Amino acid sequence: MATAEPFLSMQGINKSFGNIPALIDASLEVREGEVMALIGQNGAGKSTMIKVLNGFSRKDAGTITVNGAPWAATSPEMAQRGGISTIFQEINLIPFRSVTENIYLGREIKTRLGLLDLRAMQAGARKLLAEFDIDVDVRRPLGEFSTAIQQMVAIARAVSFDARLVIMDEPTSSLDETEVGVLFETIRRLKAKRVAVVFVSHKLDELYAVCDRVTVMRDGRTVAVSTMADMTKLQLVATMLGRDLAEVRRAGATAFTEGTRTIGEELLSVQDLAVGRRVSDASLSVRRGEIVGLAGLLGAGRTETARAIYGASPHEKGSIRLEGKETDFTAPADAIKAGIGFCSEDRKHEGIIPGMSVRENLTLALLPALSRAGIVDESRQREIVLRFIKEIGIKCSSPEQKIRELSGGNQQKVLLARWLCMNPKLLILDEPTRGIDVGAKAEIQRLIRKLADDGLGVLMISSEIEEIVEGSDRVFVLRDGKMTAEFDGEAINEPAVMGAMAHGHGEVA
Amino acid sequence: MPRLHASAGFGALLALLLIIGFGAWRYDGFISEYNILTVLRYNSMFALVGLGMCFVIMTGGIDLSVGSVAALSSVVAAYLSPYGLIPGLLGGLAAGLAAGIINGFIISKMKILPFIATLATMLAASGVALLLSNQQSVPASYDTNFMALGQGDFALYAPEWVNGEDAGFFGAVIRIFLGFPIPAWIALFAYFLGSLILNRTAFGRHVLAVGGGEEASRLMGLPTDRTIFLVYVMSGFLAGMAGVILAAQFGAGQPIEGVGWELFAIASVVVGGTLLTGGKGSVGATLVGTLLLGILFTVLNFENGMGWISLSAYWQSVLRGGFLLVVVILQSRLTRSAAAA
Ligand SMILES: Nc1ncnc2c1ncn2[C@@H]1O[C@H](COP(=O)(O)OP(=O)(O)OP(=O)(O)O)[C@@H](O)[C@H]1O
Ligand SMILES: [Mg+2]
Repeated sequence: MATAEPFLSMQGINKSFGNIPALIDASLEVREGEVMALIGQNGAGKSTMIKVLNGFSRKDAGTITVNGAPWAATSPEMAQRGGISTIFQEINLIPFRSVTENIYLGREIKTRLGLLDLRAMQAGARKLLAEFDIDVDVRRPLGEFSTAIQQMVAIARAVSFDARLVIMDEPTSSLDETEVGVLFETIRRLKAKRVAVVFVSHKLDELYAVCDRVTVMRDGRTVAVSTMADMTKLQLVATMLGRDLAEVRRAGATAFTEGTRTIGEELLSVQDLAVGRRVSDASLSVRRGEIVGLAGLLGAGRTETARAIYGASPHEKGSIRLEGKETDFTAPADAIKAGIGFCSEDRKHEGIIPGMSVRENLTLALLPALSRAGIVDESRQREIVLRFIKEIGIKCSSPEQKIRELSGGNQQKVLLARWLCMNPKLLILDEPTRGIDVGAKAEIQRLIRKLADDGLGVLMISSEIEEIVEGSDRVFVLRDGKMTAEFDGEAINEPAVMGAMAHGHGEVA
Repeated sequence: MPRLHASAGFGALLALLLIIGFGAWRYDGFISEYNILTVLRYNSMFALVGLGMCFVIMTGGIDLSVGSVAALSSVVAAYLSPYGLIPGLLGGLAAGLAAGIINGFIISKMKILPFIATLATMLAASGVALLLSNQQSVPASYDTNFMALGQGDFALYAPEWVNGEDAGFFGAVIRIFLGFPIPAWIALFAYFLGSLILNRTAFGRHVLAVGGGEEASRLMGLPTDRTIFLVYVMSGFLAGMAGVILAAQFGAGQPIEGVGWELFAIASVVVGGTLLTGGKGSVGATLVGTLLLGILFTVLNFENGMGWISLSAYWQSVLRGGFLLVVVILQSRLTRSAAAA
């Protein structure tokens, strides 16, 4: 293991945006054939570190060497040619273009005449994806497929470059367990070929499953480097957050504490719902003060069900009642007026408006309520924004910072705050803590609990069983578009919910 | 057949066939050899400009300068025409190329918005054309074979018998083939190359990728700046070619022609189903779009010629605008229903 010279060495890296430092004397070393975990809170500087390495951003100071030689990539293209390929945090492919093109863009296969060899590329794409257990029509536009497939295509693309180092910035945030398994298999294969991997994730279990060593970052600095085996989960979390070990131990796995539960009358009731191709028969209900978990595998139809409730997709069959009245939302605006909030899983396309400030993004849905005769009450707006920035710890230089400059996790927090500040009756959360660090995740979970205790009804979709099991008062399980099980109170436990997700067993609702 | 419906330009093609059918039914001489060749000759200029615009729009950009660049290059070509066909041609192309390079440089390297950058070159090119020509049209030389670029065909090379009374169908085919205007050949060849470039070269795929997501393309390591640069160079070059044809067809460099060409080109691209925001588009559909708009124009002329009503140029404009709108709506309906199917 102990090769004298690391494959990659980044030392004393500084990087500021304006006069706000994002990296301060940060370092990262990766050896050949090693899987290095890179972890840290939202905004710790992980993605920035990666972008400095692959030439997307320019560093202010520091040295980078690859194989002992100075590394001077000034663009991802150069980095790729130099043997370092990157899967970026947000899926960065072209939805309009075909799967094949998205895999081969930039290194097309050509015939002897210099024209594209479409057939060879399609065959290559099919073969490559088969290694990832994916079988899709590679000629279709990528945008027609689920986020998970898109993510797998991004991974396949990066891996297929014959790189010496593959960087994965939160590759698993939109994958389900099987897909994560396939990804891990790929990582092990890369490792066998002596390829180095940098793996960023907020899911600690994953790190223990595939990584050899870990580099921990906090506030732009590298604060610890260790072999994975030498650090317990608690130590890892404590180092990451810069807190006391004992304090972290007390907090537990998720922050859904047992509170005084006063569950009120029925708020939402969905009967025999059918939506598009994905959902054929879904029924569920949410009462006031209750957190209802909606579990299911990827593609089970959870998001579609939520979108129908929210008026974003029309439903063909069944009924949706809010406070006993049949709803007839034709657009999300109707649902918002009726007191429903919906925090989308796809923050990049449905959620944030990149060029607008944190303040504007946060209060976007609230604007009608904040303004009188079209004039926005700015002092109230600012007060609300500041309160939420503090309450859920959004890391930004000021409320006026553009949201696209925030780290991925912090963008997610702004989105969540957008709906929380509306004081809705019913809040639908689709993957509320995706890409959010363990510290902030606890904050958010605590907040959700508190809001529920104040009488809010919450419908929570999550791929993290732990979150569903510990956070929900009731759990519905969707499988292939059908509601297959309902669990209540004591009956909610991991094996039961997982069983229902996979096989549909359980107490049928 | 959802695939057929979804294919770009289906709505435009349908409209094109309808309007040709309408013309053939209503007007004598609409389907005559003379009328067909005239339409082709005249619209080959717009087809070339539309092709360049199509590539620009597929990257998500816009080129407002094409009209005045064509005017400029027609002036340059006319000045050089006494030296022969080749100097005239090369001169005109060089003028277009220069404008394209300037556009490409300002947009891709200096990161100026395409709308602004090409608005500036539009004004500048028009100014240069007026300066060069002293605000007069510049007669092109009849002593060289320069005019062939705009008016010529290969009919001279036709064997005797095809012009005879009993030439038959086969003879007619050969006659029309050889009588095909040279500018139309140029446009056809350009579209063939353009379609090859778009569909079968890496550059073509990069054009669509950049239009579909510039940031993502950059992150994927594509040469985005070079791609953007090249589409403006292409557009300038093709506008230059259109300018050469303009000079040769009207026998003079036309410093004040080209006004509104950019809008006509944008319209033919959009009617063909190419997304104005970039990332999706088709070269063939742009050709259909150009023909559609051109034939619409002819139909209105024929209508005037019938003498029932007299449409002023203004009314023609209104009618064309309305028709355009109908086609675009039809197009978007078809694509949407295909997507839902
Ligand atoms: N383009 C930018 N302009 C200004 N500030 C930026 C920009 N990009 C990143 N930052 C800031 O740099 C800091 C580090 O961000 P980075 O994206 O590296 O965090 P991260 O560790 O990847 O977090 P996450 O886990 O949320 O993805 C953040 O405070 C962020 O606001
Ligand atoms: Mg990040």
